[in-house]
Amino acid sequence: MADTLVHADAAPAPVEERRRPPRVRKTPTTYVLRLVAAAYLFFLVAWPVSLVVTNTFDDGFSSIQALFEDPDMVVALQLSAYVAVWSVVINTLFGVGISLLLVRKEFPGKRVLNALLDIPLSVSPIVVGLALVLVYGGRNGWFGPFLLDLGFQVIFSTPGIIMATTFVALPLMIREIVPVLEEIGIEQEQAAESLGANGLQRFWRITLPSIKWGIVYGVVLTLARSLGEFGAVKVVSGNVLGQTRTATLAVEEKYLNFDQQGAYATAFLLAMVSVACIVVVAIIRPKNHA
Amino acid sequence: MSIEVKGLNKKFGDFVALDDVNVTIPTGQLTALLGPSGGGKSTLLRIIAGLEKADTGSVTIEGNEATHLPAQKRNVGFVFQHYAVFKHMTVAKNVAFGLEIRKRPKDEIEHRVQELLKLVHLSQFSHRLPSQLSGGQRQRMALARALAVEPSVLLLDEPFGALDAKVRKELRDWLRRLHDDVHVTTVFVTHDQEEALEVADEIVVINEGRVEQVGTPDQLYDEPANDFVMSFLGEVTHLGGVSLRPHDIELETSPMLAGAVEGTVSRLVRIGFEVRLHVLTVDGDEVSVVVTRAHARSLQLQEGSTVWLTPAAGATVVPRMATAV
Repeated sequence: MADTLVHADAAPAPVEERRRPPRVRKTPTTYVLRLVAAAYLFFLVAWPVSLVVTNTFDDGFSSIQALFEDPDMVVALQLSAYVAVWSVVINTLFGVGISLLLVRKEFPGKRVLNALLDIPLSVSPIVVGLALVLVYGGRNGWFGPFLLDLGFQVIFSTPGIIMATTFVALPLMIREIVPVLEEIGIEQEQAAESLGANGLQRFWRITLPSIKWGIVYGVVLTLARSLGEFGAVKVVSGNVLGQTRTATLAVEEKYLNFDQQGAYATAFLLAMVSVACIVVVAIIRPKNHA
Repeated sequence: MSIEVKGLNKKFGDFVALDDVNVTIPTGQLTALLGPSGGGKSTLLRIIAGLEKADTGSVTIEGNEATHLPAQKRNVGFVFQHYAVFKHMTVAKNVAFGLEIRKRPKDEIEHRVQELLKLVHLSQFSHRLPSQLSGGQRQRMALARALAVEPSVLLLDEPFGALDAKVRKELRDWLRRLHDDVHVTTVFVTHDQEEALEVADEIVVINEGRVEQVGTPDQLYDEPANDFVMSFLGEVTHLGGVSLRPHDIELETSPMLAGAVEGTVSRLVRIGFEVRLHVLTVDGDEVSVVVTRAHARSLQLQEGSTVWLTPAAGATVVPRMATAV
């Protein structure tokens, strides 16, 4: 999972892709470099992933079928989907808002905020999980007991899983939108303003359509990251079978219990969803989008 | 008076962009704000449009106090140097934007858009995206978009600055003709004195945040208020204690007129029909003089010739400033 993500993230921002580099003359170096790149990707990504696929389908569709017949596994997959959707929704709303704030407004502490936004990418997800437990832990967290008194359990429950996942995927949306906002500049909005559009109209008619593809990319990356999150979720979820065990946790569980077939099948499902998202976007994205 | 600006001050940090600017812009005219880059003319235009806020001072548009009115309520049309087209909308949608915001009936919008696209000669491009248009076409579209809302004033910020020289000249002529048809009060910013002299009814010369002079092109050219205005509107040279235009110097090969200054031709360049001379006078001035090719030939001028210079009768002459170059 993590591999797909890193590679998708390292792809150039959609805006930059518009300019095609001029064709360069092919020299022996070109072929050597191509070979190195191909070999690198093959051994690191393509081969391992393809082995997951072949292992999954060792005996036809039976292993996939078995997954959907196991009620606990269905719950796990549903939970993963539920958490991922919430993470995408929250990160999209906040991502758009924070990106606008970062690009369009000047305020004290802007650099600090900018740096803070990268923390979820640089800190290990395990640390994120532990930090959340420290704050929201039901028994001795800083804020948790208070919430628990109100009948609201965060840690070892779905809200905690959503929080951990949202936290980990937080920067992806912002890092997609900010460059697009910077590229389009402020003049289109000013033109709309002089034509009589109020703030909301400018946002819906000008800003949002302009950053549409940045958001789509952000959603795909956030979804992929959220579905694949493991470390932070493992700490905060409690990993209760049929209740707070997500699909990724189930993969580990199955693997440790020598149910390799089941582990591969689940891993395959997770990978397919992410790959499908990226492929779909690559297909529907117009070539010279703005 | 259509736009009245009073006591406008604007600073960006330590930089004074506008320093107590007072200007009145007449209704129905085409007015140019002319000045060097960084002189504050764009800032003035953006404050009139409401895209920038003045530190102090007031703006009145068509008699309405507009100082604290947001841009969206000023009913001004604004055209940007880099077009600011709505990239995701077709040409027709771009032009219709202001009307859709005003919730006009659909058929009225369609009719008006067709009319405007015809006016700017873009009818056959109505379903294209802006990225499929040339720079000049984009700017015409931006102009149609601004005109669609029937603004009380039309403001253009270096509208032709991003275009190449040929298109620029075409659009300039076209803007003048358009204005003669539409008659909306128009203010445009330019640093190109030729553009201002050719197109504008009235010119406001702005330098270092201050208004240097306001007048018709003829007034500015013939009666510049100071050395700066004179030098900005055309070539200037210095003879004796005054500044004047190089073609306004009478040149003789013998001392015929009283007060003529003696000098030696140090350089002679022929450019088409005119001949440019550098003359080193006995006073130590280096004076540039422009004469016609025929005149130069009849006097048999060449480098090293001794000549006598006098300001021509009726020449525009301004006392020389100490700082003038």
